[in-house]
Parts: sequence; C-alpha cells; structure tokens
Amino acid sequence: MFGYYLDLALRSLRRNRMLTALMVLAIALGIGASMTTLTVLHVLSGDPLPGASSTLFYPQIDPRDMDGYEEGKKPPDQVTWIDGMNLLHAKRAAHQALMTGGAVPVQPAQSSIDPFYSDARFTSADFFPMFQVPFLYGHAWGESDDDAKARVVVISRALNDKLFGGKDSTGQTLRVKDTAFRIVGVIDSWRPNPHFYDINMGNYSGLEDVFVPLTTSGDVRLDHNGSMDCWGTGSGDDDHMETQPCVWLQFWVQLDGADQVKAYRDYLVHYSQEQKSLGRFERPVNVALPGLMEWLDINKVVPGDVRLQTWLAFGFLLVCLVNTVGLMLAKFLRRSGELGVRRALGASKREVFAQLLVESGVIGLAGGVGGLLLAFLGLWLVRRQPSDYAALAHLDLSMLSITFLLAVGSSLLAGLLPAWRACQIAPALQLKSQ
Amino acid sequence: MQIKPILSALRRHKAGTFLIAMQIALTLAIVCNALFIIQQRLAHLSEPTGVDEQNILVIQNEWVGSSTPAQADARIREDLRVLRELPGVADATASNSYPLRGSGWDDGVKLKADQLQDSSGATIYFGDERFLGTLGLKLAAGRNFRAEEITGMDVRDRLAPPVVMVTRALADKLFPGSDAVGQTIYLAGSPTTIVGVVDLLQAQSVDRWASAFAYRSVIVPRRLGISLGGFYIVRAMPGQLQDVMRAAPKALFANNPRRVINDEDGVLSFKEVRARAYERDRGMAILMGVICLVLLAITAAGIVGLTSFWVGQRRKQIGVRRALGATRQDILHYFMTENLLISVGGVLAGMLLAVAINLWLVTRFEMQRLSLLYLLGGVVILLLLGQGAVLAPAMRASRVPPVEAPRSV
Repeated sequence: MFGYYLDLALRSLRRNRMLTALMVLAIALGIGASMTTLTVLHVLSGDPLPGASSTLFYPQIDPRDMDGYEEGKKPPDQVTWIDGMNLLHAKRAAHQALMTGGAVPVQPAQSSIDPFYSDARFTSADFFPMFQVPFLYGHAWGESDDDAKARVVVISRALNDKLFGGKDSTGQTLRVKDTAFRIVGVIDSWRPNPHFYDINMGNYSGLEDVFVPLTTSGDVRLDHNGSMDCWGTGSGDDDHMETQPCVWLQFWVQLDGADQVKAYRDYLVHYSQEQKSLGRFERPVNVALPGLMEWLDINKVVPGDVRLQTWLAFGFLLVCLVNTVGLMLAKFLRRSGELGVRRALGASKREVFAQLLVESGVIGLAGGVGGLLLAFLGLWLVRRQPSDYAALAHLDLSMLSITFLLAVGSSLLAGLLPAWRACQIAPALQLKSQ
Repeated sequence: MQIKPILSALRRHKAGTFLIAMQIALTLAIVCNALFIIQQRLAHLSEPTGVDEQNILVIQNEWVGSSTPAQADARIREDLRVLRELPGVADATASNSYPLRGSGWDDGVKLKADQLQDSSGATIYFGDERFLGTLGLKLAAGRNFRAEEITGMDVRDRLAPPVVMVTRALADKLFPGSDAVGQTIYLAGSPTTIVGVVDLLQAQSVDRWASAFAYRSVIVPRRLGISLGGFYIVRAMPGQLQDVMRAAPKALFANNPRRVINDEDGVLSFKEVRARAYERDRGMAILMGVICLVLLAITAAGIVGLTSFWVGQRRKQIGVRRALGATRQDILHYFMTENLLISVGGVLAGMLLAVAINLWLVTRFEMQRLSLLYLLGGVVILLLLGQGAVLAPAMRASRVPPVEAPRSV
C-alpha cells in the first residue's frame, strides 16, 4: 500500500510543480537556517572536558580593600599571587593548578625561521594531569621543577612540527627571551572548547604553544597577558608581582564528590577569616566555588549574538512551517473531489489520511535533504568568518541525525492538520457537487 | 464594498484564514525586531572615532630580547625618528593602544582622594606631544603636552603623571557645566592636573561592556616601554598610505632587526582596524537583513499560493457573480479586501507578538525597547506585501468569464 501511496503522492506533487517547489524550499530554508545556528550553538556550548568537567572547580575569594565595596557582589574572577600560592601549597584538593596566560618571543635555532611571538601558559605542574592533557612525546614537569624554578618547557604539537619537523624534541633546547629552556614534553593535538581555564584570552582560542612553570616565568621575567585588576597601591609592577594587591591568576582545583566540594568551600571560608584576622583581607568573607560548566555559564561564554541567531532561525522555521501547512491544506482541500471518489469507492478515512501523510512526508524528506545541503553551505559560510570559534563549526553525527529528524518530524507535523481536515470530507457531498 | 459576504466566506475557510493571519503575525514580529536590531548595529558601527582614519596606519612592534627600561625607551625614540623621516610620513607617535583596538588599559577616575566609587571609567592612552597631531585630533580647550613633559615609563613604574589631557566626554561627565582645564583628578590613586580637553576620541573597545565609558579617555604624557604590545601610530601624507605601509616595517627592521612585526596583523591601516572592530556587528546586520528578505518572500509566496487555490476553488461562484452583473472591478476588490481583512487581523496579533518578543529580548539580550516607528513600518510593509501578493491571483479571478457559471453546474 505504501508504494501505491508514494506513487500517488509523487503524481500529485508533479501536477503542481511550482507549489511543490515552494513548499520544499520553505522547509529547506527553515531547516538549513536552524541547523546552521543550532550547530554553532552546540559547538560553542559544549563540554570542554567531557568526563572530567564535573570534578573541576574554580575557587574565588575576595582579598580586596573596602574601596568600592558593594554588598552582594561576587568575589573577583582571579586570585592574587599570595593567595594563589597559599591555596596551591595547602593542597586541600586532589589536584590544583595556578596559572596565567602570556606571550613569549621564541628564538629558533635555525636561521631560516625568524623569531616570533607565541602564546604561552605559565602554570604549576598539576595543570597537565588535572586537565588530562595528552602527551605525544615526553611528559609534564614535576612539582620539584616548580619549586626549583627549573628552565623546562612543554610545547604544543604545532610548535614541535614547526621547529622540529614533528620529531621527538624532548631533551632539546628552546630559546625564549634569551634564555635556554629544556623541552620535557610535547602535547598531542588537544583543543578544549571553550578555552575554559582562562577565558580572558579569547573564549574559543586554541591551545597555547609554550608551557612554562609559573615560578620560572617570574624568574625569567616573561610577559604575562590577560586581565589584571589592582586596588590600593597596586600597579602592574612585574618586579613585585608576588606582593602586589592585584588579581591576575587563575586557580583551578579538582574535587571528587560532594564531600570534598563542601570541605573545600569550608576551607576557603576558613582561609578568608584567617587572612582577615591577619589584616590582609578587609571585606566580609565572600567565597564562591563554581564548577567548570557553571563558571562558563556565569561568564556568558557563549556569545549572545549566537543565541539570538538561533532563536531567530527557529522563528524563521516556524514561519516556514506555518506557510507549508497553509499551502498543504489548500492543496488537499482542492482535491476534495478526488478524495471523495476514493472514499466512495471504499477507502477508509484512515487510508486517505495515511495517503496524505505520505505526501507530506515526501515533501518533508525533500525539504530535509535540501535543508541539510543548506546547513552545510551555511556552516561553510560560518567557517569563513574571522571569529575565533569559526573553525569549530562542523556538523557532527548527532547534529546530522537531529537535522533529519527535525526535517521529517516537522513536515509530518505540518501535514497532520491538513490531512486530518481533508479526511473529514463527506464523500457523497463531494460526488454530488461534481 | 460589502464586508459581510467576505466574512461569511472566510468563515468557511477558517483554517486557511487562520494560517495566513498567523504567518503574517509571525513575520511581522520577526521582521520588526530584526529591522530594529539592524538599525542599532548600523548606528553603532557608524559612530565616529575622531581620528583621521583615511591616512592612519598602526604598527604593532614586539621586541625579542630583554632590555633595561632606559634601553627600551631609547629604542622607541629611535624607531619614532626612523618613522618620521620616512618619505610620505606626515607624523608618527607611540602609544599603548589606539581607538577600536578591542582591549587595553582602562582605569577608574576619581575627583577626590578618599572617594570610594569611581566617578567614571576611562580608557588610558599613552601619548607624546605629537599624539594629537598624528591622530588628527582637535583640541577643544587648554593646551597640548610639551615635549619636556613626556617621559618613558616601564611596567615597573606607577602611573602618576603630573598632567593629563582628557576627552570632552569625560570632562563633561566629571565637571558638568564648568571648565575642566586646570582641575585636579585622581587617576590610579594619584592626583593629576588636566591641561587640555580633546574634542572627540573614541575608546579602545566598542564592545557592550565598555559602553558605560565610551568616548571617555585620558591621555597621559608617557611612552610605555614594554617588550610586547607597543604600537606606533603613523599618519601618511594623503594618498601615500599604501607606500608607507610597505616601507615602514622595512625601515624599522633595517634600523634594528631584533623585533617581531607579525606578517598578518602587525601593520594595519585604520580601515582594517575599523573592519575588524565591527566585524560581528556587520555580520549580524547582514544576516538579519537576509533573513528578513527571505521571510517576506516566503510569506508573499504563501499568500499567492493560498489565494490562487481559493480562486480556483471559487471559479463557479465568481462566474455566477459575474453573470449576475458584478464587474471585473468588483471581483478584484473582493479578493483585495479579503486579503486586507486577514492581514489586518494578522498585523494586530503581530504587533502584540513583536512587542512581547522585544520585551523578552530586552531582558535576555540587553536590547533596547522597540521604537513605535519600526512597528508601524513593519505593519505598512506587511499590508503592502499582502496586497501586492494577492494582486496576481485576484486579477486572474477577475478574468473568469461569466459563462463559467452555467457551464460547469
């Protein structure tokens, strides 16, 4: 029976090519636009570290003076050197890392490559195990390297390809700002999205190329990058960064389970009270311990424009669907005569209904295929944009299947009302009016 | 024109009528808001910078080796000499930033030392005595910096200049109605005297977070000697921008090769700076525009399609009416009025929906309230669209010959 309905549907669709094309095009445009924007949103609001993100937390404390104090405001987004080091050395969490972004001049040994600036991350050793960073060659540096301010460096696969032609470069020397660093590890391809551990450096920027111990970076006086907030007599004085009243470091901890989270929050409160009694902190105790995904949410990492575009695209899809429902309704009702004959010849309401649904399903399928092609085109256009997330806009398998379900589902839904309405026809009346 | 028979005919096509009206309502709601967003974005990206944009280029210079503060400052002055001597260069200056750069040093300004809240935020520009001239800025009051006031500054130093210039927007905010020149303000905790007021100079970021202090800037008489993030702003003679853009990095490298000027964005004309700063806004406006056009086209096509069906369905009735003496005009008017009635119903619902969507956008996306003008504009567009779309099927209906009636019955 299905084959017959399909045949009927195709005949009917062929009879009115312009209208069929209009319906298919409307669905295709609606689906194409919504899938393009939904894919971008999906990519941007994804989990940067699936599996590990639920155990990562971002402790916040308020070390500022009373200048500009307002009750109920959140503590600063970063920590000072003193607090960062205190929390790091307290080791109250399974893993903890203190870090900042930077930029370093790399001086290649080959004369064929000019010196260039690379994005860098100055961090303590736990960064690598805590964020489950995959290594291509070698390994991370250890805590002893942090303490010794060792001249060691971990580089990205991209930099290793550029400078060493992709060969194992561990043990070799990398010259950075007139200082020789020993390469201990090369990170394999790794790009967590968003760039969650430091959202000051561009929410969707790629992996840094050079990783240096935080303590070493201060010693060699490498330039750090990112947001810095000072109060009182604070200034961006690089010589005394260790004592400046400025927040400029990110601190991450790994906490396994609710008990550890609660214990760590208590510890932050206790620490703040202690610092207050010492006179370092002036404000009332104010701590926060958001999880990774919560932290991204608080900071509105996904651009508002992208959300707006998604809503817009779905509004667009809705109009396209209403349009198709209207056209299909008119079309089915126009065929009242034909349907009346079929009913009079013995077709049940159900069978007529099924026949009409097949017809709307065909339109939905064609629209879905068209929409998919348009989504590929749309994503290609997005990738040509210069935003830092542009390169990420790819259709993955789950989005592909969602596209298809959305297309067929919505057009079947669109066919439901017209088909139901058309089956309500009394066969006798239609025959009489012929 | 009698409306009653039209209404009773529409009652027999409830579903179709409702669907067209709904489509018009949704389209109106989306188009109004989209047009409003486009207008806001376009207004935003045509805000002036106050800078002589035609002839300006910006060079980002990063040093490779380490150096003492005195050496760093000497190298900047040496670079400026090289740039100023280059043929085709009108003037050059060094700064930590420039308008539309995207980010940089912002700080709070206070009027008293013991004030708790900042009086205003401000962009901090470093500039020498040739900063105003190079950028083509106009002095509204007071005087420019003198050459002897300019000193080198290292990141290790505190920002405590004895004198500053401010923009008029900042002066008006801090000292409304009175002269700002000669007044004392507190910048990063230390007092400083305003010696000049610059007419117009845009902030380094035009993003939403910086909109609270847009156009409010402080210019400090300093050269910032840091190894990364130093900018040379160069003004070329009219028509020589391209030549200078090619020649300037070469001349700098010839003078001192231990530097990095990025191939991609190390040298930018101000036109490119502007394009980069407003990329997203422009993209959003274009996208909204395309969506609006496609939506209107689909709605028009839907109206054409549905009305065509109705015309086909009613050929007999039309024939009867024609046979009973109705003119072609009458038939044409019938369908036009029918469409108008549906459209009016649609736009009434659409106006409510448009306002509702806008209120939701205001709360979620920090949009402004929709102006009534856009609502009315959208209504007019959709009514005209409906009438235009119905015209062709209605004309076809009016050409149905009266003989159709007896023949087909």
